[in-house]
Amino acid sequence: MDEFLQFLFSGLTRGSIYAIVGIGFAIVYNASHVINFAQGEFVMIGGMAAVAITTKLGLPLAAAIPLSVALAALVGVALEKFAIEPARGASVVAIIIITIGASIFIRGGVEVLVGKRDHSLPAFSGDEPIRIAGATLQPQSLWVVGALVVIVLGLRWFFGATRTGKAMLATSHNRLAAQLVGIEVRHVLLASFALAAALGALAGILTAPITLTRYDIGIMLGLKGFCAAILGGLGSPYGAVAGGLALGMAEAMTGGYVSSGYQDAVAFAIILCVLFVRPQGLFGRAGTERV
Amino acid sequence: MADFAKRHSGVLLLALFVALLPLALPNRFYFDVATKVWLNAIVCVGLNLLVGYAGQISLGHAGFFALGAYASAILTRRFELNAFVAMGLGAAGTGLLAFAVARPILRLKGHYLAMATLGLGIIIFIVINREIWLTGGPDGTRVPALALGEWRLTRIEDWYWAAGAILVAAVALAQNLIGSGVGRALRALNGSEVAASTLGIDTARYKAMAFVVSAVFASLAGSLFAHVERFVTPAEAGFLRSIEFVTMVVLGGMASNFGAVVGAALLTMLPQLVADFQDYKHLVFGAVLMATMIFLPKGLVPSLTDLVRRRLGR
Repeated sequence: MDEFLQFLFSGLTRGSIYAIVGIGFAIVYNASHVINFAQGEFVMIGGMAAVAITTKLGLPLAAAIPLSVALAALVGVALEKFAIEPARGASVVAIIIITIGASIFIRGGVEVLVGKRDHSLPAFSGDEPIRIAGATLQPQSLWVVGALVVIVLGLRWFFGATRTGKAMLATSHNRLAAQLVGIEVRHVLLASFALAAALGALAGILTAPITLTRYDIGIMLGLKGFCAAILGGLGSPYGAVAGGLALGMAEAMTGGYVSSGYQDAVAFAIILCVLFVRPQGLFGRAGTERV
Repeated sequence: MADFAKRHSGVLLLALFVALLPLALPNRFYFDVATKVWLNAIVCVGLNLLVGYAGQISLGHAGFFALGAYASAILTRRFELNAFVAMGLGAAGTGLLAFAVARPILRLKGHYLAMATLGLGIIIFIVINREIWLTGGPDGTRVPALALGEWRLTRIEDWYWAAGAILVAAVALAQNLIGSGVGRALRALNGSEVAASTLGIDTARYKAMAFVVSAVFASLAGSLFAHVERFVTPAEAGFLRSIEFVTMVVLGGMASNFGAVVGAALLTMLPQLVADFQDYKHLVFGAVLMATMIFLPKGLVPSLTDLVRRRLGR
């Protein structure tokens, strides 16, 4: 039983990270119908920037977090501006290749600048594990899960009560109509990339004390976030949360009870099965195609 | 004869190039690079049928490449099968796997298709990494030389000819396929799947066909690669390797068999010929991918031939 509880905690922590990354995919997809394969790189940028700012500049973590998030958001805006916008009207395949190119480019840049070493960030509130019914819980895990809760509540408020959020929603429903009622769609696209990048970076900072960070962690985290987004039905941020948590649980349970070697394969096996049976995701509505 | 030469001018030109290139190759190192170019080009010619002509993306073809490579490695080394039998079994097995997943996978479009092919490739990568008893795991495994009875193919100059000949055959086959009804069907469904299906084209069947053919090409190239290198590692199945193949196709030119060869040549030579390139490999690959898709969405060869045609036309 305490074993199960241990895996549950682990799954919840991982799942929350996948969920936050997945929300980023959903937000960008909603606004622009682009799947941003570079989403994982924002996770990497967040963690790496926080490490660099705390160690090289000697700033406290409380200052490093907003700075790193802002840096990632800036990269997100640059990505939209210089890589996605010039290719507007290109095919889905072309856009996928562009964002993959961007992700390799960003990763390569960090590789040249920082090198291939592992970096770690101190846990936000100490390493003293909390004991619950025979299982242990790292305080950092509470930060991760707490951040997910805050983000979900924040997004509810953002999409429900702010003009920018409503403009994003409107654009995702119908771009042309949004433009007609005076929404500056280009700004909405930029804002969505910035928001997704900021969320990704936050996930990267939160997870860096648990998993370490290096130039290439973005690949797997990004792909799993993408799995989470698809599992929950593309374009639904709350679906991505459910998808991410389900994925994290499945991984932790497989790792614990079946084989730790195949833990990383679980996400992809699930996604293949889901796509074969329900191509629209678990919570997505079946789309009809307009010809 | 004149008709034959006209229809096959491209293939003949490629054959001529393969035949004459050794005159310009100073030493074994360059033969090695050229051989790898031919092998990557074989994968790209196949992948181009799927990506360029049929318009379906695959982010998992390195998985098929590695299946061929490991089939050759394991069947010849552990089961002591003849190398050609092993290669055939590898290609057949890969083809079968591709055939089994083709229909459900290719029912998906765009992002979902990207995710599914990527997932398949990564699962193959993880299996190769984990089944250490069979594959040697992350350390890789040695591969015997390609041999038939007493005869062994080991000299890199001989490999150059073997790989070059197979590439020419692969391009000839692809050109033929594209010129036939299959090619027209593929291009039609690339243009509009709905329009193609209303014209009575069984789009699912043709997409599956392109997928299986490209997987078999990749598997064969993987087998040959294993015998040339005499060593394979799981990196051959990696996500980045899949991206490399797609980059080659995209850079050279989608829907152009010769473009696929050119793209493979450029991106295979770059890391080999530029010193210190290894450090900047990802930076350059990423930039090339983005720049090509933004500025030359059709790729090098089609863009250049368009340019030449327009000049000549005037």
